[in-house]
Amino acid sequence: MFSHSTLEKNSILMLIGILIVVSIGGIVEIAPLFYLESTIEKVKGMRPYTPLELAGRNIYIREGCYNCHSQMVRPFRDEIDRYGPYSLAAESMYDHPFQWGSKRTGPDLARVGGKYSDNWHREHLSAPRSVVPESVMPGYPFLMDNPAKINDIAGHLKANRAVGVPYTDAMIASAAADIVAQADPDSDGAEALVERYPKAQVRDFDGRPGQPSEMDALIAYLQMLGTLVDFSAYKAQENLR
Amino acid sequence: MSFLTIGALGFGALLGAFLAANAVDTGILAYGLLLVVFCVVGVFWVMRRGDDTGGPADPNSAIPYNDAVVRAGVIASTFWGVVGFLAGLAIALQLTFPVLNFDLPWTNFGRLRPLHTSAVVFAFGGNVLIMSSFHIVQRTCQARLAGGWAPWFVFWGYQLFIIMAATGYLFGITQSKEYAEPEWYVDLWLTVVWVVYLLVFLGTLWRRREPHIYVANWFFLAFIVTIALLHIVNNLAMPVSFFGVKSYSLFAGVQDALTQWWYGHNAVGFFLTAGFLGLMYYYVPKQAQRPVYSYRLSIVHFWSLIFLYIWAGPHHLHYTALPDWAQTLGMTFSVMLWMPSWGGMINGLMTLSGAWDKLRTDPILRMLVMSIAFYGMSTFEGPLMAIKAVNALSHYTDWTIGHVHSGALGWVGMVSFGAIYFLAPRMWNRSRLYSVRLVSTHFWLATIGIILYITAMWVSGIMQGLMWRSYDSLGFLEYSFAETVAAMHPFYLIRTIGGGFFVAGALVMAYNVFRTARGDLREERPYESEPVPVPA
Repeated sequence: MFSHSTLEKNSILMLIGILIVVSIGGIVEIAPLFYLESTIEKVKGMRPYTPLELAGRNIYIREGCYNCHSQMVRPFRDEIDRYGPYSLAAESMYDHPFQWGSKRTGPDLARVGGKYSDNWHREHLSAPRSVVPESVMPGYPFLMDNPAKINDIAGHLKANRAVGVPYTDAMIASAAADIVAQADPDSDGAEALVERYPKAQVRDFDGRPGQPSEMDALIAYLQMLGTLVDFSAYKAQENLR
Repeated sequence: MSFLTIGALGFGALLGAFLAANAVDTGILAYGLLLVVFCVVGVFWVMRRGDDTGGPADPNSAIPYNDAVVRAGVIASTFWGVVGFLAGLAIALQLTFPVLNFDLPWTNFGRLRPLHTSAVVFAFGGNVLIMSSFHIVQRTCQARLAGGWAPWFVFWGYQLFIIMAATGYLFGITQSKEYAEPEWYVDLWLTVVWVVYLLVFLGTLWRRREPHIYVANWFFLAFIVTIALLHIVNNLAMPVSFFGVKSYSLFAGVQDALTQWWYGHNAVGFFLTAGFLGLMYYYVPKQAQRPVYSYRLSIVHFWSLIFLYIWAGPHHLHYTALPDWAQTLGMTFSVMLWMPSWGGMINGLMTLSGAWDKLRTDPILRMLVMSIAFYGMSTFEGPLMAIKAVNALSHYTDWTIGHVHSGALGWVGMVSFGAIYFLAPRMWNRSRLYSVRLVSTHFWLATIGIILYITAMWVSGIMQGLMWRSYDSLGFLEYSFAETVAAMHPFYLIRTIGGGFFVAGALVMAYNVFRTARGDLREERPYESEPVPVPA
């Protein structure tokens, strides 16, 4: 007959008991997400981030934007009216790490791409209350003056490939050129960039010619958020799970 | 033992120098050099102290307890508590008056918020847990801490972890997973410290003179082991360079989200709950001088709590792109979790059976009991908020922030203050605290602060949730997002005032601990120990 005092008298047995008991929940809940094919919907349009978008995403992470902005529209009438179609798992399939967030001190950003002009973003990021008087967001004027880090971007793509993002050899080889080309509409590389990354937007995002700034990178990232998946071709009923 | 320690520290210094020499960014350069400084200072410190790894506070103690490391824990806990609460007050002020972000990279809310959460959870909470577990495991095993210098490595290594994590956030080094923001090299360092912590704890259990392991130690063991498991899995990542700070999480999107909230929720479950229940199961019976209410309930409480907690993570992802089956499992287990939580609360509160009168005369016990009351309240609120229909309203709002703080300030804060007040006179071998009356002052400052804080967040959270989903008679959304932000301003101000009260209480405690350590006794009227006569 089992008695609890057996465990109480043996620290190793107790340790093993604890490990077994705390492992079950995680295994049952998390492991299936890696093999159930229904976990991630079938969609058209998802692609890895361009080098400039990835650099912008890293600035988004660095400044802790996720502390106040979610990137996850829930399937409610008011959220769909306010933000757009509800978010799909497929839309963050290349996100290492995910940026769904947990708090909306500011609005959701999952579909902010294309909603405001580059100019608005630049003003808003530099001095939020100049365009939204009620805002409590910090200002990030320094982004204009910081050049984006471009020399090590190929390494970032490689690290992403190592964890499963399908960057091709060509994408990695041209990463350093692509990151400059995307912020310069007159460059020769723009066409090849859009071929590698469909729907990539090529503009001088910060309105200041020359080497891309951190502002260029961050706005490039914000302007692509939620714009990749073609919702006219998405069949919600086939992806219920 | 000293040679082994010096050898390990020497290896650490070489590793730090190697990292710094090959660094591809200033982050690794700085932290490599910091590791060198840590190890070199450590070598000199160990050599200077010789074989003196710390003795008992009471020179007449029959058992050679290591109380010196617990004493260091009291100082570190008090210090980091004040720092963490001040950081919280600073960011509460920033949300009230956004000009206080100063438009600088290292002072903006996005970088300071992780600094606040890590400072209170890991720096304050973690130091309290290490301090208390080192104290309790020695007393309940009637044995000295195992491992010679190892407990000191755990203590100082943990402080180095805090410094690396906190300064990293200010310089923008983060992997953006909430409560797991430190980058890969800090995670590896913490893993080393944590394994030594587990070995010290187990080694001390093996020295015990009692056949049974006391219940508080079950909770500490579950806390140490599970945190190790959560920490390692959630932080799996691929560095861009082994000589650079940046890494990319091994998991992506939905899998990354559930792994993170499996971690995040159980950082609450095992760091802030199981660990602190270890404190409750020792300090409450000690301070009340009554045995734990029910031994059987302790067993049921322990196993059901640790089994159920792990499942609750998905309730952070209700109505997201996480598959519905996982959300439903998370909700179900979160509701079930209410039962063991209240089992624990009842076991703690009923320990006062026959000693309730002490609440009048013992402010330390009053603090401990208030912490259990807040534990009961927030473990009821948690399952409520985990119900999908409620979560649809509460998620993304300040209600969550209020809930977290009723648990963090009320439960974790109060039980930690109780432990610090219990330990301060004993670890410095004083007859009593400098002032027991000041404990009462602290109690009221903290309680008023918490009430202001959580009521403000309830109102602002529910109000904002309702405003987001409000439609006008023509079928349009009634409020723009910016209007909901403006509506929260008064509540942000009330929250800031509440936080101010709580910080003031912590400063009173720091003063009281400082004077106690110096050996001062305040001349004050003692609390009546006799029952007050009831008029006929």
